[in-house]
Amino acid sequence: MISAFFIFNQKGEVLTSRLFRTDVKRSISDVFRIQVISNADVRSPIITLGSTSFFHVRVGNVYLVAVTKCNASAALVFEFLYRFMSISKSYFGKLDEESVKNNFVLIYELLDEILDFGYPQNSETDTLKMYITTESIKSELAVREDSSKITIQATGATSWRRSDVKYRKNEAFVDVIETVNLMMSKEGTVLRADVDGQIMMRAYLSGTPECKFGLNDKLVLQKRGDSAPKSESAVELDDCQFHQCVRLGRFDSDRSISFIPPDGEFELMRYRSTTNINLPFRLQTHVVEPTKSKVEYTIHLRAAYDPKLSANNVVLRIPTPLNTTMVNTKVGIGKAKYVPAENIIIWKIPRIQGAQEAILTADADLAQTTHRQAWSRPPIEVDFSVVMFTASGLLVRFLKVFEKSGYQSVKWVRYLSKANGTYQIRFL
Amino acid sequence: MAAPRKGENWELRQQLNSEYREKRADAIKRVIANHTIGKDCSGLFPDVVKNMQTEDLEQKKLVYLYLMNYAKTQPELVILAVNTFVKDTADPNPLVRALAIRTMSVLRAEKILDYLASPLSRCLKDENPYVRKTAALCVAKVFDLKPELCVEYGFIETLRDLIGDGNPMVVANAVTALADIHEASQTVSPSDPDSPEGSTPPPTSQPSPQLLIIDQPTLAKLLVALNECSEWGRIAVLSTLARYKAVDVQEAEHICERVMPQFQHANAAVVLGAVKVIMIHIKQIQREDLLKSLTRKMAPPLVTLISSAPEIQWVALRNINLLLQKRPDILANEMRVFFCKYNDPPYVKVEKLDIMIRLANANNVETLLGELKEYASEVDVDFVRKAVRAIGQTAIKIEEAAERCVGVLMELIETRVSYVVQEAVIVIKDIFRKYPHSYEGVIPVLCSNLEELDEPEAKASLIWIIGEYAEKIENADELLGTFLESFKEESYPVQLQTLTAIVKLFLKKPDTAQGIVQRVLQAATKDCDSPDVRDRAYIYWRLLSSDPAAAKAVVLSVRPPISLPQTTVAPAILEELLGEISSLASVYHKPAATFIGKGRLGADEIGRQAVEPEDETREKALQTVVAGQQAENLLDFDADDSAPDERRRSLADGLISNQTIASVAKSSNPLDELMDLFSSPNLSAPTANPAQLMPSVPSLMPTSNNNNGPMTSPTPQIVTGGKAEDDLLGLF
Repeated sequence: MISAFFIFNQKGEVLTSRLFRTDVKRSISDVFRIQVISNADVRSPIITLGSTSFFHVRVGNVYLVAVTKCNASAALVFEFLYRFMSISKSYFGKLDEESVKNNFVLIYELLDEILDFGYPQNSETDTLKMYITTESIKSELAVREDSSKITIQATGATSWRRSDVKYRKNEAFVDVIETVNLMMSKEGTVLRADVDGQIMMRAYLSGTPECKFGLNDKLVLQKRGDSAPKSESAVELDDCQFHQCVRLGRFDSDRSISFIPPDGEFELMRYRSTTNINLPFRLQTHVVEPTKSKVEYTIHLRAAYDPKLSANNVVLRIPTPLNTTMVNTKVGIGKAKYVPAENIIIWKIPRIQGAQEAILTADADLAQTTHRQAWSRPPIEVDFSVVMFTASGLLVRFLKVFEKSGYQSVKWVRYLSKANGTYQIRFL
Repeated sequence: MAAPRKGENWELRQQLNSEYREKRADAIKRVIANHTIGKDCSGLFPDVVKNMQTEDLEQKKLVYLYLMNYAKTQPELVILAVNTFVKDTADPNPLVRALAIRTMSVLRAEKILDYLASPLSRCLKDENPYVRKTAALCVAKVFDLKPELCVEYGFIETLRDLIGDGNPMVVANAVTALADIHEASQTVSPSDPDSPEGSTPPPTSQPSPQLLIIDQPTLAKLLVALNECSEWGRIAVLSTLARYKAVDVQEAEHICERVMPQFQHANAAVVLGAVKVIMIHIKQIQREDLLKSLTRKMAPPLVTLISSAPEIQWVALRNINLLLQKRPDILANEMRVFFCKYNDPPYVKVEKLDIMIRLANANNVETLLGELKEYASEVDVDFVRKAVRAIGQTAIKIEEAAERCVGVLMELIETRVSYVVQEAVIVIKDIFRKYPHSYEGVIPVLCSNLEELDEPEAKASLIWIIGEYAEKIENADELLGTFLESFKEESYPVQLQTLTAIVKLFLKKPDTAQGIVQRVLQAATKDCDSPDVRDRAYIYWRLLSSDPAAAKAVVLSVRPPISLPQTTVAPAILEELLGEISSLASVYHKPAATFIGKGRLGADEIGRQAVEPEDETREKALQTVVAGQQAENLLDFDADDSAPDERRRSLADGLISNQTIASVAKSSNPLDELMDLFSSPNLSAPTANPAQLMPSVPSLMPTSNNNNGPMTSPTPQIVTGGKAEDDLLGLF
């Protein structure tokens, strides 16, 4: 399993080093520095040298590295590295060189708890925060738990929840967040359109509540063919994955989602849907090169959702050739400007109502070059967030909360569809 | 020992001994900080240890951390800490108990170990599950340091009892520890009963067989724990289930049914772990409906993995690649999700490309070609080349699409981007080999790009095409003449091709090519310093002068068309790797023994493995490492087998009694060149592999030496060898 864990900065200096097993030495970090950090052309996240394997993930300006000597589970090691990342973020906001340096004691403490002899142990932030505390987190939790209770919880069947949570007002918030992936060819055919959905829940519920959750479909996980006529509102989910609190056995047998939620915010489920995706934006591009020194863009954006809804922070990134010298843009709504450093035109629309249309026209002047630089023609990217809209059509039908004391609880549901570099339209 | 009364260490020492708590706590932090940046802090050992007894848990942890790092350097002083440790293992606070036992067992000092035994046995039976699960792993740590201690105190038996513990996390850690010990005991001394440390009593050296027994009651417990424990615990339980051999079909079905729900877990390692268990137990299942539902349910979670973080995606893609080799149908309709995103990292793109080819069929080939063409216009040279190559593979795989593929390739050649053109030429040569005489119309276009080519492989490919179709190309002698002029400066593969092509030309047009063939034979025998080229030239010369008919039979023999291999690893290895889904071995597509342990898989290693009666399939698998790699790399030697046997025999004067001997001889001969050859054309080599992972050729050495005497009677061998190499050149 994981023999050692390191955090490096970009210069290759070790910020954190923790050995978990006896089969490697600290000096192994030099090998990584030479082979990966100072090597410009690294084409794999795993490097095996001799019998030592280095797994690395780069976040901002630091490298997280796990070293193993055995035929370890690669998926496990990367999952662990990413989990470490999310734990760090939840403890000290962000993971970068400065925060690692400032929190090194905390990091050692965390590592000691989440890895033992190289095997991941408990990585639930909520539980960890009960007994690994910093000043800010201590004040947040206010009370320090009795440690025997903590340990029971850290190993118990519901390791994610304390038993004595109390709220005056019992509330649960459900956020359905969909990331729309689109790849459209220059001819306008959809090459790939799917939705990565995420259901985030913030549960502020007393006691040990038993929740049942329902969506607007029968979760047609295996496409049962024609035996079950699909009602129009039903959504077909290709796959879903759940937080560890969800009883997978129950889901497998009768498709019901039942669980005892952790306290506070957590990701209840993730899903994927590929059929009947409602694309919130349509784009028509007309890009021509009338002469060798000019490119003319006409981009037609149409909001394809309900007129009552609106999208916020719509950003289009339109690539220009590398030898562009100047760009003149004209837009109906929003603002557009040319960013020479990135070779793109950025068109920002703070807010656009459904069924509304917008047009951008632009002329890019190109420098005369003897040798034409290869331009890879990246796709146009559209970023947006549309509130109360789900591209997959998914709706939450119910969320039931049962608790011994029988209290009433209030539930809120929000929907959001967004794209962040995932909505790509090719042109030219 | 008068330490200087100044400097940082002196200051720290003062602070560590300060009467104020705050100051001491601060000093400890600074010590740890110094340690982190690599400064030696061992001199402060006694001063730090003094601070061990404290109520402050955070401070205690830091002192423990210090001890873990420096206990080994100060074995004499560690004893100072023992008392506190032992006391802490009996602390009323379970967190402290666990912390103490956890730290104590990694101190790596003989002295501490002697004091560890009784606290450890106490903690293994602690009433608190947190302490028990920590203690369970401690047994593995102790085994790593001093196996005999575990035997003496019966820790391993206790661990086995813990599998029946009521707490799922304890179960998971007990299983993990047992598996770890099992692994460790196998690497300590597998062959030799006297283990390296002379003091080890016999029982420890052979505990492996009965270490981790999974019987039916244990199985039931594990299946229960699987649904209850944390994600990491699930991974441990799943890998244990993967080692279990189901006694009958019912049991295998039961395991699969219980494991299947784990596909829905959010952790990719759990999903892949579940896939692994299913792939192992699915072999026993006969029930059609269950088989169907298993493969159907496996697909969506695999596809979902493609939207995770890039590194995890890559691991998943490598594994999907393996799964598709075994069960090509599982993702039949899912090709679109493997389309490369513009901002995917290069290693992910390359893997996606490979999988797209695997999923290509007559229905989706249109879309696929559109995508590939798009990729060919990107800027990453390596990726673009792979995309072009993929177009060729599509053509070879799907006959109906070949014409479209050639069309796309011709469009790409028109872009005149040097590396695209070169790659396209190489690929078109492969298409010619699959569909001879189908697309001769493109030859003039290729020839007009002659000037653009500067890479040996591309040049050699074009020369091969010219030679092959010499009778249809009017100015073939002229074209080949240009290559002949620069003969001396060309690389060996190009020289070989030029030689062969001109001989072909001569055999096809004897009247016009008399002069040029004379010149090439002269040049190759006199001015060339590669023995391969010289020898081949001599053979041709002798053949042409003594028996032109035989020369025709050899040089112009009809080769069987090539095909795209379904698998890139030998079947037995594939089986083995499928049992290790999600591990490093499955990512590299190489058995673990080739990159861990003592290094590469040598001949004696294979021999030793073969003797081990443990598992027959494993033995077979390892033997096929050699055979498989041979088959993979030297694919073409087999192709020659189907050529009319008699003809060759008459040529070879019966000297080649066994085709494989010839091929093996070839492989052992110019090793360096072979490495070159294989590194570029080998389709299967994971691009991500570091050079150390190219073990196949060295491991071939011993066996081939056995089969092959010294290189006597080289003549016939080189004929086949040369021909094969000419084939090899362009193939994948």
